[in-house]
This record gives sequence, C-alpha cells and structure tokens, in this order.
Amino acid sequence: MIMQQENENHINTNKLFSKKIKRRSLLGGAVAAATIALVRSATGQSVPALVPDPTKVPGRPPGTIGTRSAFEHPVKLPSDTSARTPLQDLYGMITPSDLHFERHHGGVPVIDPHKYELLIHGTVDKPSIFSLEGLKRFPSVSRIAFLECSGNFRTGKETMTPQEICGLTSQSEWTGVMLSTLFREINVKPKASWFLAEGSDAAVMTRSIPLRKGWDDAMIVYAQNGEALRPEQGYPARLFLPGWEGNTNVKWIRRIELSDHPYMTREETSKYTEQIKDGKIRQFSFDMDARSIITFPTYPVQVQKGWIEMRGLAWSGRGKIIKVEVSTDAGKNWLPAALQGPVLDKAHTRFRHLWNWAGNETEIMSRAIDETGYVQPTLKQLINVRGTEMGGYHLNPVTGWIIKRDGDVLLKVEKFK
Amino acid sequence: MCLIEKTKNDFIFYKSSFNLFCLIVVLSIASCKGDNKSPRSLVYQPNDTSNWPASFGFGRIATATEIGRLDIDISPDGRGLPAGSGTVGSGSIIYQIKCAFCHGSTGKEGPFNPLVGVMGDTTKAKTIGNYWPYSTTIFDYIRRAMPYNMPGSLTNGEVYDLTAYLLYKNQIIDSATGINSLNLPGIKMPAQKFFVNDDRHGGPEVR
Repeated sequence: MIMQQENENHINTNKLFSKKIKRRSLLGGAVAAATIALVRSATGQSVPALVPDPTKVPGRPPGTIGTRSAFEHPVKLPSDTSARTPLQDLYGMITPSDLHFERHHGGVPVIDPHKYELLIHGTVDKPSIFSLEGLKRFPSVSRIAFLECSGNFRTGKETMTPQEICGLTSQSEWTGVMLSTLFREINVKPKASWFLAEGSDAAVMTRSIPLRKGWDDAMIVYAQNGEALRPEQGYPARLFLPGWEGNTNVKWIRRIELSDHPYMTREETSKYTEQIKDGKIRQFSFDMDARSIITFPTYPVQVQKGWIEMRGLAWSGRGKIIKVEVSTDAGKNWLPAALQGPVLDKAHTRFRHLWNWAGNETEIMSRAIDETGYVQPTLKQLINVRGTEMGGYHLNPVTGWIIKRDGDVLLKVEKFK
Repeated sequence: MCLIEKTKNDFIFYKSSFNLFCLIVVLSIASCKGDNKSPRSLVYQPNDTSNWPASFGFGRIATATEIGRLDIDISPDGRGLPAGSGTVGSGSIIYQIKCAFCHGSTGKEGPFNPLVGVMGDTTKAKTIGNYWPYSTTIFDYIRRAMPYNMPGSLTNGEVYDLTAYLLYKNQIIDSATGINSLNLPGIKMPAQKFFVNDDRHGGPEVR
C-alpha cells in the first residue's frame, strides 16, 4: 500500500515536472525567437530588437552560460601574429579572458588535456612527468598580475587608440602551482643555474630562464580568471613569470630542462633583444619597465568642456606602482593621480584624475613611478640613452594626447625612427 | 514509514557532520592556543612548506626513452646536435624548394624575415650574418619550427644542408665547407661580440 502510494506520488511529480519543462521550453523558445530578431543600429551593428517597455514583457530565462550584452562590442585587434587588447574599452584592472592579448609564433595549438604532460628533466635527481591532473593536485596559488609583450610600442599617426599603441598588455588572476613546488619535488641539483622552457605549439617555442626566477615567483598556471586557461593563453598549462617579458611566459608548456647554461634559442638571440648605444645588443632583458597609459580620454572619443575623469593603467615588472603623475598642460605641471586599491605587485593599477577642462587646446599625459624609484621616461629620454638605432623592444615612453578645442582627442605623435 | 526512515537517516547525517564540525573547531582552537606562532588568519603562504611531505608523489619518473623523444634542444657548445652533415650545394636546392617562398630566392627580399645580409648591411634587417650570435641556433630553430607550413618535417641531414647554405650565403663559410655536429659549434658568428647582458635592476636611472 505504501509502495503504491509512493509510486503514485512519483508519477505525479513527474507529470508536474514535465509540464514545467514544457512550459519552460515554450517560454525559452519564444524568447530565443525574440533574441535572434536583430536589427541594424544607427552605427550599423546588429542589436536585439527593443521592446517598447521591458517592464511589460517577461525577459529571457536563466541560461547555461552568460553572454556579453548585444550592445557591447569590445574586440581584440588582430594581425598575422598578435591580437591587441582594447584597453580603452575596459574598466578596473582585470582583462576579460576573451579580450586578453595574443602573441604566438606558430598559431594556437589544440591540446587534449587528458594527454597533456609536462616533462621536467636535466640537472635534477628525479626527472619526472606530470599530467594536468597531477599538477592540479599540488598546493595551488592564485595571483593577479599583468602580462605584457616586450614589443609593445607603436606610434606614427594621430588617429591611434591605446589598443594600437600598447594593446599587448593584459591582466588576469592566474592559478596554478609554484614552479618552486615542482623543483622541490624533483630535487634540482646545485649546479643548475638556468632552465629551458619549451612549448608544444608548431614553433616548439623555447626560452632560457635563470633558475632564480624559478625559485622566486614562477608558476605553472592552468587557470585564468576562475576558469581553465584560454587556448590563446596556453591551454592547458603555461609558464607564468610575473613581471617578465611576455615571450618568456612559454605557453602550452611541455618540457622544462634544467642546466648550467642558457641555450641561446632563436627568440632570445635574433628576437627579443634590442640594440642600444655603440652597436651593442642588449640580451636577456627580462623585467618589464614601469609604464602607464591614459585610457580615457583618448582617440577616438570627443570630450565636452567641464569635468572629465581622466583614467588609465599603470604597471611595473619590478614591483608595485607607488605613484602616477598626470599633466594637463603638456608636462609643465604634474599632479598625483588617485590610485585604485588594491595596488598589487607586478600588476596593472587603475589611476584616475578629476580635471575641469576649460575648453582650450592642451596636451594630457601620465607617468608611472614604481617602488624601485624608476620614473617612466619620455621617448626623447629613451633615444638619448639608447641611441637613435635603439631596438623596438622594451619601449615604455610617456604617451601624450592632444585635446583639440572642439573636444577631439588625438595621439601626440613623436618622431621615433 | 519510508518517510520516517529517511528523516532519521538525514538526522544521523546532520548529527555526524555537526560532530565533525565541532571537532574541527575544537582542534583549531587547540592549535591556536597551543602555539602562539601559528598564523591566526588563513592567508596562504606559498613558500611555507613546513607541513609538506618530502615528496607529494603526484608525478612519475620519466624514462630515458621518454626524455629522448622530446629533448631536441641544441646548446651553443654543440651538445644535442645529432650525427650527420650537410653541404652548401644540397642546402641551396632545399632552400629554393622549401624556404624561398617566404624568405625570398636570395634570402634578402622576404616577404618574411630576411635571412641573408652581411655586417654593415644597410637594409636594417636583422639577418643571420649581421645579428645572429650563435651558429647552433640556426640548426635548432630550423629543425624545431621550419618550414612554417610544415614544421618538424625536415630530416637532420636536410637541416645540416640548410645550415651550411645559410652560413655560406651570409659569407661566414665558403662554398666548399661542409657542416657537421663537430664543426658547427666552432663557427664564430660576426654579431656575437655585440651582445651584452641586461644589467638594469630598477631604480631611478633610465638606460
């Protein structure tokens, strides 16, 4: 009797449930039909058809994955070998994962996480292989830090956005295992002083890294902003070296070999080295120098006379940003901008400065100062110390923006080469 | 009947997890009281390995075969170079078939990375002759990454041939010199003398 009753209840519940589902899918279907009814906006973009009053029509039901508003279109700017982050379209200090810059040397590989292996060998007692699951079992660490390509300076015309000038920098919360944890596991021998990091992309890209960085703060990361790494950022695992030039943060990492010497790979000799004075070529420039960029107001916005909150990002590969100074009169006077906390080590830091623009033509600029006392230089200063033949890597000049009387904002172009 | 049983089970479950919770709380308090040096907050200290085992054992030992399959790097002193040799003549033929499409038939015109140009070259291109500091890098890079559309497809012999050809075109060896694992590391590259290590460590100075 009891059994029967229970069965009946079960059936009733099922009926109710299936009814619910039916009603739900009906609703979902209707809304799905509504969301694909796209119209052309005045600017030529596709946006959902607007209902006259969203408070009078039920909205879309919950879904399995969130999407960006159909009215928002921040996009990376791709070239053959890189894609740049739209710095001028972003807020705060975290770069949405799908807008993180890309730079790769043989395209983005597809790697099966179940077949993924990291080999660590060379000058060690226990050459070892770690699966992705194995890496994830170790004590884990999360850290918010920027990642910047060292070839991240463009100039040449007034109509350039922050994205075009220096869009090869982005920031994420990275999660993974400290490389020191793995070094401890395999017993690095005392005579090791460097390690080679090798990717499993079509370039099988390699860089030599001083061992001290491995013990200091290097990580093998498998997650970015709360989820697995994006393929463009090295899925399923990459080397992450806080504050060091992007190229050394080898993506899709498959192998680490410890040794007593650098390997002089192509990327650390014929690329990612820079000419300085007297014909010299500077090599192993790992640290990213302190830098800042105003992200508002910049080309292509037009501003109005009155109060403007200038906004921007500042960062240093050598530690914390301690100060950002801004000028609204072409560098005659400098004022401290407000820094948005938390100000983190080797991390993009948001700065702001409230300014009452009188409507006169002027130039605005910013300069970052880090905890080592380094002050972001002008392009002229860089040319003075490195020579007119200086290379294109590790350029971090103060960037100025001309505000025209009509409110147009244009890049202050400086002669580079 | 069934309902009662279920409730009972749930009760037992809740009770046991409550007991576990109490135990954790008691243990936590005990550990805090027992040792004033223990951190009170649970801020993670990645470098604090005091309660770690000597080894977690989350990896496995790599065999020599497994290492050998991936260990393709070449050191500047020649360590890692495979047996084999190549000639300028064979390299010239392979170059025209597999490389000229991207690097130009003379190696100077591109469209991608010009490879040929002697010291003092005025095109400002960074070539093997005027910029590459180590000869072993040529072999290592061609073998791992070239040709761009078919990476890793060349035999060791073909890589030696191309290395010989590119050294010849950059006027570093003559046309009769063959290249092999023994003589490649000894070839002095013209640009090596210009390379200096970055010695900047922050601070106010701009360099």
